[in-house]
Amino acid sequence: MARRRSFIAELFDFILSNKTYFIAPIIIVLLLVGALIILGGTKAAPFIYTLF
Amino acid sequence: MNILGLSAFYHDSAAALVRDGEIVAAAQEERFTRKKHDERFPEGAVRYCLEAGGITTGDLDAVVFYEKPLLKFERLLETYLAFAPRGLLPFFRAMPQWLQTKLHLPREIDKGLGGDYAGPIYFSTHHEAHAASAFFPSPFDEAAILTMDGVGEWATTSWGVGRGNRIELRAEICFPHSLGLLYSAFTSYCGFQVNSGEYKLMGLAPYGEPRFSDLIRRHLIEIKDDGSFRLDQRYFHYCQGLTMTNARFHALFGGSPRKPDEKLTQRHMDVAASIQAVTEDVVLKMAGHVRRATGLKSLCLAGGVALNCVANGRLLREGLFDSIWIQPAAGDAGGALGAALWCWYQEQDNPRRSKREDSQRGSYLGPEFTSQAVREELDAVHAVYEVHAKEEDLAEEIAAELAQGKIVGHFAGRAEFGPRALGHRSLLGDPRDPEMQNRMNLAIKFRESFRPFAPAVLEGRQSGYFEMTAESPYMLLVAPVRPDRRARRAPGDDKRQGFERLKSARSEIPAVTHVDHSARVQTVSAERSPRFHAILTAFERRTGCPLLVNTSFNIRGEPIVHSPGDAYRCFMFTDMDVLVVGDCLMRKAGQPRMPGAEEYRRQFLDRD
Repeated sequence: MARRRSFIAELFDFILSNKTYFIAPIIIVLLLVGALIILGGTKAAPFIYTLF
Repeated sequence: MNILGLSAFYHDSAAALVRDGEIVAAAQEERFTRKKHDERFPEGAVRYCLEAGGITTGDLDAVVFYEKPLLKFERLLETYLAFAPRGLLPFFRAMPQWLQTKLHLPREIDKGLGGDYAGPIYFSTHHEAHAASAFFPSPFDEAAILTMDGVGEWATTSWGVGRGNRIELRAEICFPHSLGLLYSAFTSYCGFQVNSGEYKLMGLAPYGEPRFSDLIRRHLIEIKDDGSFRLDQRYFHYCQGLTMTNARFHALFGGSPRKPDEKLTQRHMDVAASIQAVTEDVVLKMAGHVRRATGLKSLCLAGGVALNCVANGRLLREGLFDSIWIQPAAGDAGGALGAALWCWYQEQDNPRRSKREDSQRGSYLGPEFTSQAVREELDAVHAVYEVHAKEEDLAEEIAAELAQGKIVGHFAGRAEFGPRALGHRSLLGDPRDPEMQNRMNLAIKFRESFRPFAPAVLEGRQSGYFEMTAESPYMLLVAPVRPDRRARRAPGDDKRQGFERLKSARSEIPAVTHVDHSARVQTVSAERSPRFHAILTAFERRTGCPLLVNTSFNIRGEPIVHSPGDAYRCFMFTDMDVLVVGDCLMRKAGQPRMPGAEEYRRQFLDRD
């Protein structure tokens, strides 16, 4: 399998060169929510609950 | 240098292989998977392209995807933000797929190619791919380029110039202002499926009067003199919802959208005629502007709107350009070919020499089957066939059957790339038979009886039947049937409306003459397709008529047949009389019974 640049690096370049800074917070929130949903289904769920 | 072009993940995924600038192979994935407009990674098409080129993925030097995913993602986010909080539902529906797949295309492409490819992956823009597919295979050294479609990343329409080995796009119209989406909005309003029913709307238009055209111009679209336009978004719902139109749009046209199984009324026909008239108006104005701005005499077209052959025919007749070349796979499937050509010429800066005939090779770029493979498949389904080793004998035999009013399924040579069957995966019939259109529509294709069929005519003979001298090898130009070939109007013809007009005699070739006396013409040359040319020549020798009905070899909702086995099943489960696959000829009467007709029809009709 070829070594490719990571998605985050590509996205970072894209945001900088196109000056589309508004994308960054949306992606961060989406990734955090995604991570919460995934972790919510694992043994880490009780610890997430205590965070809130 | 081997370059693989890919289009995928939206609709009509496809692959194309270009070697040192020559198009080796191109195919659409739906043919392999038997799922119409299949959007998945084109594994079957890639496998075929590599086989046709005699290479493996490890031999590829470059892979090119037909659009830039991050730019498209930016457009999506910006649109959702502009309409927030409306559009939350489509946003949450779209995001998982984007985050899992569409934003990780290099990974998905590597996975699709089986992990053996380590070379670079390029991304052209969507309209660069369309423009490249229009200009690089064309016969022109320099030409104006016009691409129009639904939407790519941001651009929905663009124009520019192609010169030598370069294309330069000079201007564009951006989302949400889109001629393709406007046409699709009306397609959906009239009860047809977006991205596939646009043809039906175009076929419906001649039954109606364009009485809503002014309404469309007044409320929906503002058209400038240079053909640029803006859509009034208050009437549409595609930015923030899962439908094309909204209540305000429906109120404007006097009713809610037609349900797919609802009867088509005169109002729907008039709506279709109106949007067709407006579309033609915009295309003509844009082409006029491009002609003035570039000063060039030739035009290349691509993008889904370039499949509107009625508009193309009008563009040709208006004489704005001396010659027009349209990419036969003008939709997104053609983006795969365009992307590969873009990489070879634009990115790698290789020299280009245009050819007199174009380098699309009749668009016969798809798979073909050897005689042995054909016989093995036919034997496997216990088909009873006779072998005609001599091509001339076979052409004579086919012509004899056609002259007796038989419907012949013809499967030979390489499959066509693009939505039109150009004689290699075609159903053929006698265009002079007044019952042919109805028989083919209802007993073979199981589709709406209002839809017209297209004529294939020997090249050089088109002007004897149609008001057209230009060649049209890809069936992308509509021309009127010559007045002297039209039927005299009978008493009462004037009073007929809507589908009743089908009952009026139209011309001496009624099966291929639409109710407005137009026909979507394909000119057939011996160089591009020797077999199809021989059949037409033999048919003319017998009947004096150098034309045949040519429609795609499939039933409604089914992708065009891919293998000899598909062709045999389609033959057995419809009222087709004769089937020719390669050098094997089969007559319905001699075949063993084959159960499963109902299931066969249902699996495709349900998807239409």
